[in-house]
Amino acid sequence: MPVSHARSEIKLEMNGEEVLKVNELRFAYPDGHAALHGVSFNLRRGEKAALVGPNGAGKSTLMLHLNGILQGGGEVEVGGQRLTRQNLPAIRALVGLVFQNPDDQLFSPTVFEDVAFGPLHMGLPEADVRARVEAALEAVQMSAYRERLSHHLSVGEKKRIAIATTLSMNPSLLVLDEPSAGLDPRARRTLINLLRELPITMLVSTHDMALVQELFPRTIVMDEGQIVADGTTAEILNDEALLTAHGLEKP
Amino acid sequence: MHFDAFDRYHAQESFVHRLDPRVKTALTIAFILSNALLPDGAWLAYGLAWLSLLTANYASRLGLGYTFKRSLIALPFALIAVTILFSMPGRPIFSFHLFFWPLTITDAGLLRFVSILIRSWLSVQAAILLVATTRFPDLVHALEHLKVPAILTTIIAFLYRYLFVLMDEVFRLLRARESRSAAGAGRRSGGGVFWRAKVAGNLAGQLFLRSYERSDRIYNAMVARGYAGRLCTLNPHELKSSDYFVAAFALLLIGILQAIGRF
Repeated sequence: MPVSHARSEIKLEMNGEEVLKVNELRFAYPDGHAALHGVSFNLRRGEKAALVGPNGAGKSTLMLHLNGILQGGGEVEVGGQRLTRQNLPAIRALVGLVFQNPDDQLFSPTVFEDVAFGPLHMGLPEADVRARVEAALEAVQMSAYRERLSHHLSVGEKKRIAIATTLSMNPSLLVLDEPSAGLDPRARRTLINLLRELPITMLVSTHDMALVQELFPRTIVMDEGQIVADGTTAEILNDEALLTAHGLEKP
Repeated sequence: MHFDAFDRYHAQESFVHRLDPRVKTALTIAFILSNALLPDGAWLAYGLAWLSLLTANYASRLGLGYTFKRSLIALPFALIAVTILFSMPGRPIFSFHLFFWPLTITDAGLLRFVSILIRSWLSVQAAILLVATTRFPDLVHALEHLKVPAILTTIIAFLYRYLFVLMDEVFRLLRARESRSAAGAGRRSGGGVFWRAKVAGNLAGQLFLRSYERSDRIYNAMVARGYAGRLCTLNPHELKSSDYFVAAFALLLIGILQAIGRF
């Protein structure tokens, strides 16, 4: 007697050029600390943008809004669909969130189970799940690590597996929180090459300005819960006054 | 210290490992219930129950003594029943003084105590075998399909995950304390008892806060990947004919055990 599980029926198609629209997003934590004071920006399909700013600027809080883990005032639209409670599961399949600490993201006993977690919970049939896991591990060049225990990997390896856990959901937008933090130069280089080659719209929060310069045509600067600058990376990196005012350094 | 250090699952290719987790879970519960229901002093039934456990051990390819070795750790808990030795009315067999307390062991008390010991020991072994041959997500899944409320199965699943995370955290905290617990030349390391107790208390508080915040982050990571209150696994759960056969056979065996124990 095969047991069937209820499957999520909501399907979302990506419409239009704008993968992500954020409009007047506001959020205060339960302790009263206001983290976002009206944040607005758009991301076009295929665009790779860096999100920079000092610690406590609200970058991580903003990222948690992009797939509805936090829900503040204002609007978030993914693929032309406004984020609501009803389409939350579908939105989560479209927005792949990679957390800063891979130990928080890799919670299953084996690498395979972790990468399969997303597709499984999307209710895909087994063959699809397996195919997606293979493809995702292939994309981050970690196919040989399938049966390894996540806890026994190096930080760089964990980082790549963490990216694979969201790639397996075939997201339209990849959101990474400080992907190069704590990596040695070689692991960082591997990661940069990986991010460059992934053909996905990307929003990456980072303090690594060399990474920003090398990888992202567009940079968004946040400070104190607001976007203070949004433009081409070359423009922003040449504005010394702006960088100094927000605690950033030219690489 | 890592995640798998406490994992009691033992990967092995065996008939028992391949059995449907629902069948294994249901049979284990039935076996434990049957043990609890056996009357005192049903030695033959105890022996047969143990034999069937040995057979299951053998079939699981974990080695005949596998559950026996692992069950010893649970045995001290059965000592809670030790008062029965003295409190059951019956023919006295042995008297002694514990300080000023005259204690008398009775035959009825001894019989019941030994029976309880054996039955709990058999039950613990069955549970150990279940956990050793079933992956934890499958076990939780089986409980879900056996209509255990989702809130309970979720709590079990999370408890299991966080246990390891917690242990990691404890060791990190202890290591941090060790590395700063130096002794000055010619002095003893550490302060008074109260000071030490305070440090330990702070450690416990830190541990709670860190675990609490980490649990938040892990939950976010799960939700971000579509977790909506139930865990899924890829392992197929389809009852095969061998599952039905084993279930029927084991239930019959349990019935026979009960009959032997009672008549």
